[in-house]
Amino acid sequence: MDAGAIRDALALKFGERITSADLEAGSPFAVVRTDAIAEVAAFCKAEPALCFDNLMCLSGVDYPKQTPPRMEVVYHLFSYRHRHSFALKVQLPRENPAVPTVESVWGVANWHEREAWDLFGIVFTGHSDMRRILLPDDWEGHPLRKDWQDPEYYNGLHVKPTPQMVDRVLQGETIGVGPFDFTPENRHVEEP
Amino acid sequence: MSAATPGTWTSDWESGSLDTDEMVLNMGPQHPATHGVLRLELRTDGEIVRAARPHIGYLHRCFEKHAENVDYPGVMPYADRMDYVAAMGNTLGFALTVEKLMGIELSPYVQTIRVLMAELQRIASHAVAVGTYTMDIGAFTPFLHLLRDREKVLDLFEWTCGARLLYNYNWVGGVSHDLPDGFVRAARDLLREFDSVTHPELLDLIIHNRIFVKRIANVGVCPPELAISHDLTGPNLRGSGLARDLRKDFPYSGYERYEFEVPVGKGQYGPVGSCFDRNWVRVAEMRESSKIVHQALDRLERMEKTDVHEKVPKRVKPPKGEIYFRSEAPRGQLGFYVVSDGGINPYRVKVKSPCFTAMSAFHHLAKGLMIADVIALIGSLDIVLGEIDR
Repeated sequence: MDAGAIRDALALKFGERITSADLEAGSPFAVVRTDAIAEVAAFCKAEPALCFDNLMCLSGVDYPKQTPPRMEVVYHLFSYRHRHSFALKVQLPRENPAVPTVESVWGVANWHEREAWDLFGIVFTGHSDMRRILLPDDWEGHPLRKDWQDPEYYNGLHVKPTPQMVDRVLQGETIGVGPFDFTPENRHVEEP
Repeated sequence: MSAATPGTWTSDWESGSLDTDEMVLNMGPQHPATHGVLRLELRTDGEIVRAARPHIGYLHRCFEKHAENVDYPGVMPYADRMDYVAAMGNTLGFALTVEKLMGIELSPYVQTIRVLMAELQRIASHAVAVGTYTMDIGAFTPFLHLLRDREKVLDLFEWTCGARLLYNYNWVGGVSHDLPDGFVRAARDLLREFDSVTHPELLDLIIHNRIFVKRIANVGVCPPELAISHDLTGPNLRGSGLARDLRKDFPYSGYERYEFEVPVGKGQYGPVGSCFDRNWVRVAEMRESSKIVHQALDRLERMEKTDVHEKVPKRVKPPKGEIYFRSEAPRGQLGFYVVSDGGINPYRVKVKSPCFTAMSAFHHLAKGLMIADVIALIGSLDIVLGEIDR
């Protein structure tokens, strides 16, 4: 099926819950209402005419400058039987984004969703194992958000020299033990 | 109970009253057989693995964040460093994605060079995959032989672009260097040796070796449904018996003009989809790649040279839009989702790494295996941690 027919099949079944579609894009997509995504995903896999048995890719995207500011989760689907592909999108608010999981439909979604949680902070409700996957468990924040700031401290260690610290080192001052030992100023070191 | 006689000892064992406690075993991250820094948490009952949980991320560099902060040509060296065993495949995938977004059509000459390089890289990459695999399961010598043969391919790459591992060879709109004079002849020499000596030797010495077959022909069987649901691609998918190859199904760079076959796991020695099938598919693919390289060299001899930088844009600035494009890298389908806001930096780059998705099925495949077979399983999936962690 071509993208138009797939869009029509989805619109026929789900009506209002398919809010819009772009068939001219490089990879055509339909925007699905957040609460309907699990149902739409299950339909896409089970319906014999669509038969999207393969989730090629699941990505989060952050759009803080759009009005209203939003996050998107994009599901790129492919059918091994019919060799057609299509994409679904859900649009989420940037504050506390949450979307139902699709891991019961495609097994690979489990890890892709963990990655989206890790790097974007998108919560997949109903997910069986919502832990960080790429970053350490004690990491704070979600780096692929557009408003991400590199942290100065990680576990009490200075990971990024501030401009002031660089100036002080360049003026010959010794901070901590070596010239570039960025010991946090708030750490109390006992003098022997 | 009285002292055990041989008879009672046997009956105790058979009735299963000699249970052992479950033990959690950490394999890695510094384990030589995990192909990099992968940590596996195994819940074992004696030698049997009851549950496995992979922990990844030790090599994470946040490639996707880097990509948002450099321009498109600047992404290329980072893309090289994802799958560092097959760097040509990564840059080819990203270059094709951006070209598709910008609507650049390359000359047949440059396309042929790209196919040539991608297939030589596939031979080199599979040589490493099979070589390290034999080392994982206890045979050291084949590893040295295969790395020797890979060196010869790397010599060709070095001659062409100066780098042996991370090439930055495929650019958006072209390739960095034209082929040097005499390349065709040198490549033919290499292939002659590969076809007549190396490949038959590889089949005789390893693949159809009785010890090798008996060791892995029944281990780590991946059914096709699991492979599709967990998005296993490339040799892992074809090992499960599905003849799906993007070079055939959705050809790019002129692959439709080459004649080659798609090897599929046939289960000669056991169930389809075992570790043996995945390795057999890789070795058979090396032969098919050699065929493609032969045809590409034939074409190059007849073809008129064009400037390889002819279509390289002065500023790579794709129009506003988004695209998802996949290409067949040696380890499977490598997908790039690129969102452009019309600027010189990508707005968002997401990589679908074939090793990442293969690893997501690992806990299904490892359940019920012996610990030594887990090693055999990881090697047969042919993962590169640089690409899983990005």
